Amino acid sequence: MMSRRAFAQGVALLALLPAFSLAPSAHAAGEPRRGGTLNAIIQPEPVSLTAAVLAAAPTGIVGGNIFDGLVKYDLALKPQPELAERWETSPDGRTITFHLRRGVTWHDGKPFTSADVQWSLEHVWKPLNPRNPALFRNITSAETPDPHTVVFKLAEPSVALFSMLNGNGAQILPKHLYEGTNVLTNPHNAKPVGTGPFVFKEWVKGSHILLERNPNYWDAGKPYLDRIVFRVVPDGAARAAGLEKGDIHYAPLSPIPLRDAERLAKLPTVKVGTQGYDWLSPWLYLDFNVDSRHFKDARVRRAVAHAIDREALIKLVWFGFGKAAISPVPSTLAAFHDLEVPKYPFDPKKAEALLDEAGLKRGPDGTRLTITHDFLPYGEDYRRTGEFVKQSLKRVGIEVTLRGQDTAAFTRRVYGDRDFDLSSSWSGSFPDPQLGVARLYSSAFAGKNIPWSNGSGFRSAEADSIFKAVESEPDPTKRIQAWKRFQVLAQTELPTLPLVELRFFNVYSSRLRNAVTRGDQIFGALTEAWLDEPEKKN
Amino acid sequence: MTRDVLRDGALHAARRFGQIVFVVLGIAVVNFFLLRLAPGDAAEVLAGEAGAATPEFMAALRQQFGLDQPVHVQFAKYIGNILTLNLGYSFRQGMPVSWLILDRLPATMLLMGASIGFASILGSALGFLAARHAGRLTDTVVSVVALLFYATPVFWIGVVLIVVFSVWLDWLPVGGMATIEAGYTGIAYAVDVARHLVLPALTLGLFYLAIYTRLMRASMLQVYGEDFIRTAVAKGVSPRNVAARHVLRNALLPVVTMLGMQIGSILGGAILVETVFSWPGLGRLAFESLFQRDLNLLLGILLSSSVLVVLVNIAVDLAYRLLDPRVEIG
Repeated sequence: MMSRRAFAQGVALLALLPAFSLAPSAHAAGEPRRGGTLNAIIQPEPVSLTAAVLAAAPTGIVGGNIFDGLVKYDLALKPQPELAERWETSPDGRTITFHLRRGVTWHDGKPFTSADVQWSLEHVWKPLNPRNPALFRNITSAETPDPHTVVFKLAEPSVALFSMLNGNGAQILPKHLYEGTNVLTNPHNAKPVGTGPFVFKEWVKGSHILLERNPNYWDAGKPYLDRIVFRVVPDGAARAAGLEKGDIHYAPLSPIPLRDAERLAKLPTVKVGTQGYDWLSPWLYLDFNVDSRHFKDARVRRAVAHAIDREALIKLVWFGFGKAAISPVPSTLAAFHDLEVPKYPFDPKKAEALLDEAGLKRGPDGTRLTITHDFLPYGEDYRRTGEFVKQSLKRVGIEVTLRGQDTAAFTRRVYGDRDFDLSSSWSGSFPDPQLGVARLYSSAFAGKNIPWSNGSGFRSAEADSIFKAVESEPDPTKRIQAWKRFQVLAQTELPTLPLVELRFFNVYSSRLRNAVTRGDQIFGALTEAWLDEPEKKN
Repeated sequence: MTRDVLRDGALHAARRFGQIVFVVLGIAVVNFFLLRLAPGDAAEVLAGEAGAATPEFMAALRQQFGLDQPVHVQFAKYIGNILTLNLGYSFRQGMPVSWLILDRLPATMLLMGASIGFASILGSALGFLAARHAGRLTDTVVSVVALLFYATPVFWIGVVLIVVFSVWLDWLPVGGMATIEAGYTGIAYAVDVARHLVLPALTLGLFYLAIYTRLMRASMLQVYGEDFIRTAVAKGVSPRNVAARHVLRNALLPVVTMLGMQIGSILGGAILVETVFSWPGLGRLAFESLFQRDLNLLLGILLSSSVLVVLVNIAVDLAYRLLDPRVEIG
C-alpha cells in the first residue's frame, strides 16, 4: 500500500505541475535582440565535439551549434531545408537528389560542396555511424554531378533515412581536413570546423567550451547571440545555484534533480520546459534477462508488469515528468504507436495468480522468489526507480536485491557477462522505430556486449523478419502495419517492460527567448535564440 | 651547522634515490594490475555514453585504445614507458597524459597552495593561542570552533558557502575559475581568479584549519610539560618568550609532518571541493578517469602522485633536521 503521506505528496506535486511551462518559452512580443553571451551548462563534459564519431548526448548538444545538417526537423519532426535547399526522391524510392545551398563556407573559409557530403557518407557514416550504419550502407553510392548537387543511389528504398539526416544523425565533416586521416583520432574532433551558426573558439578541459558567433553564417543576420559558453559544472547543487542566481541561462538534458526543478520553476527568473526532445523520444524500461532462471518464463515477466503501478512511479519518482508507457514505440511517434497492444494494468492480484500458475508459490516467509535488479547508474532518479520496483515486487512476493555500480561495471555486467535478472535503462526511439527501437529487440545484438542493445537477450525470428521487411518497405502504410505487428509481439512476449515515456527538461533563464524552435533542438543549434535585457537589480 | 645539514642531506638524498626508484616502480606495478580488476573497459564506457554502438565500432575503438592486445603486452609497454619517463597517452582525451596533468596542475597548485597556506598559518596561530590560554575561554572557543569545522562534511560547507555568499549576498561567483565571457587580462584577470578562489580555498582550508589547530594545541601542551620549559621559566624567561622560542619551535615537528602529508596529496587534488566549485583541478581528472576506465591517465596521475609523496617525505626529513638538530637522518 502506498503510504498516506506519499500519496499526499503525489497529489501536491500534481497540483504544482501547471507551474511548469510546457510551451517552447513564451515568446515575448518584440524583435529579437542581437548580442550577449549565453552561459550554458554542459554536463557531463563531452569527450569529443564531433557527433559523427561519437553519438553521446553532450557531444551532440555542443556540436549541434557548430555543424549544420542536410536537413533539420521542425516541431512536427518534418524535415526542413538546412544545407540542402530542396530534394527529390525518384518514384521507385531508390534515388534521392539533394540541391545544396550555395555560398556556404566552412569556418576556415573553404567552400562547402557536394564532395564533402559524398566523402562523409563513404568514410564516416557508412563505416563509423554507431547508431545505425545499415541505414547508410543501404546507400550504394553518392554522385556529385556538380558542387551543389549530390545524388544518393539506394539499394533498397528507405523511409527511415529521412529521419536521420540532421547535423547529428548524419554529420557532414570537412573533407579537406579529414581526408587521408584516421577519422576517429583526427585532432579536429576536439576543435571542430563546421558550417554552423557558431564557431569553435576554445575548450579548456574541466572548465568550459567557448563558441563564438559565425559572422559569415548563410542565414544572414543570425545567430543573435555573440557567444555561447558551455561550462562544465559537475555538482548538481552548484548547477541549481547558478541557475537560481541567474549566472546560467541555459541548462539542457534534465540538468538538476527533479526536486530542484520543482523548486526553481516557481522563481520568476527561471523557466522549466520539456520541448525539443521529440526527435530523441526517450523512454525508460526494464530488461528481463530471458536466459535467467525465472524470467525465461513469460508468465513471470507478465506478473512483474502487472505488479508495477506506472502512474504512481511517474508521480512519486519522476515528479510528473513522464507518461506511462504501454509499448516500446512511444506515443510521440504517433503514426507508429499502437494503442491495441496487450496491456498490463496495475493488478497485484493478477500478478500473484500468474506467479502461482508459474509454480512460484509463496514460501513460509511470504517470498516466492529472489531476484537481483541492476538499476541504471545515472543518478538519483534511476536509483529511486529501482527502489520503487523493489517495493512493488515485494508486495507480490518477489524479493529484490538492488545492485548499484558505476556505468562501466553496469554495462559489462548486463550486456557483457549477462550476470543479472532485471535491469533498467533508457533509450531514444528517434522518429522512426527502425532507428532506435529495433536495436533493443534484434537477435543480431543479443549477447554481443554492445551497451544498450538487446539487454534482455530476446531472440525472435518473427521480430527479426519484421525488422528486415521495414528496412526496405517503401509504402508508409505497410511499414506502420508491420510496426504494429511488432508491438503486439513485443508486448506479448515481454522481454522488455516499457515503464515511462520520459520527458527530459531544460532549465533556462526567463531572459532567454526562442531556445526551442525545432523538434531536434537538443542536438540542434541555438540559431534563433536571443537574450532579453537583464532585469534591473534593486 | 647548516653545512652539516646540507652534506648529510646530500648523502641522504643519494641513498634515498635508490629507494625511490624501487618504491615507485613497485607502486606502478601494483597499480597496473589493481586497476585492471575494475569491470568494463574504456571502449565500453565510450560506447555506453554514445547510447548506441555496433560490433564494428567497438572493435575499432578497442584497437585504437590498444585494448585488443594481451595484458602482458600492455604491461610491457607500460613499464617500458615508465622507464623512459613517458606517462603514456590518453586515448579517450586524445592527448598525452603528461599534457593533461600539466594542464590541470596550475589550478590544483593554486587551490591547494591557498588552502594549505591559509590553514597551516591560521591553524597554527589558533592552536598557539589556545595552548597559551589552555583551559580558559579563548581555548574553549577555539577548540569548539575547530571541532565544528573538523566534523562538518566538506561538500556541505561548500554548498552552504555558495548559497550564502553567491546566491543570497551575491558577493562571489558560484563556481569555475574565471569569468570566461569577460575576457580579462593582466591584473583584472588575477583579481577575477582570486574572487573565484576565495570560496573553494576557504572550504578546503576550514577542514585543514581544524586539524592544524588541534595538532598545534596538543603538541604545545605536551612541550609545556617538559623539564626544559620548567628550567626556562625558573631562570625568569618571560612567558611570551617561553611560548615563542622554546615551546613553539619544539611543537612544530608534528605540524611539519602534517604539512608534508598534505603537500604530498596535492596531485590527488581535492575531489569534493573541485566538484562542488567546478574547479578544473587534478582531483576531478583522476576521479573521472576512474569512472571512464581511462587507465593510462589514472596510472599517470597515481604515479606522479607517488613520486611527489616520496620527494616530499625527503623534504620533511630535512626540515626536521633544521628545526631540531638532535634529529638524526637515517
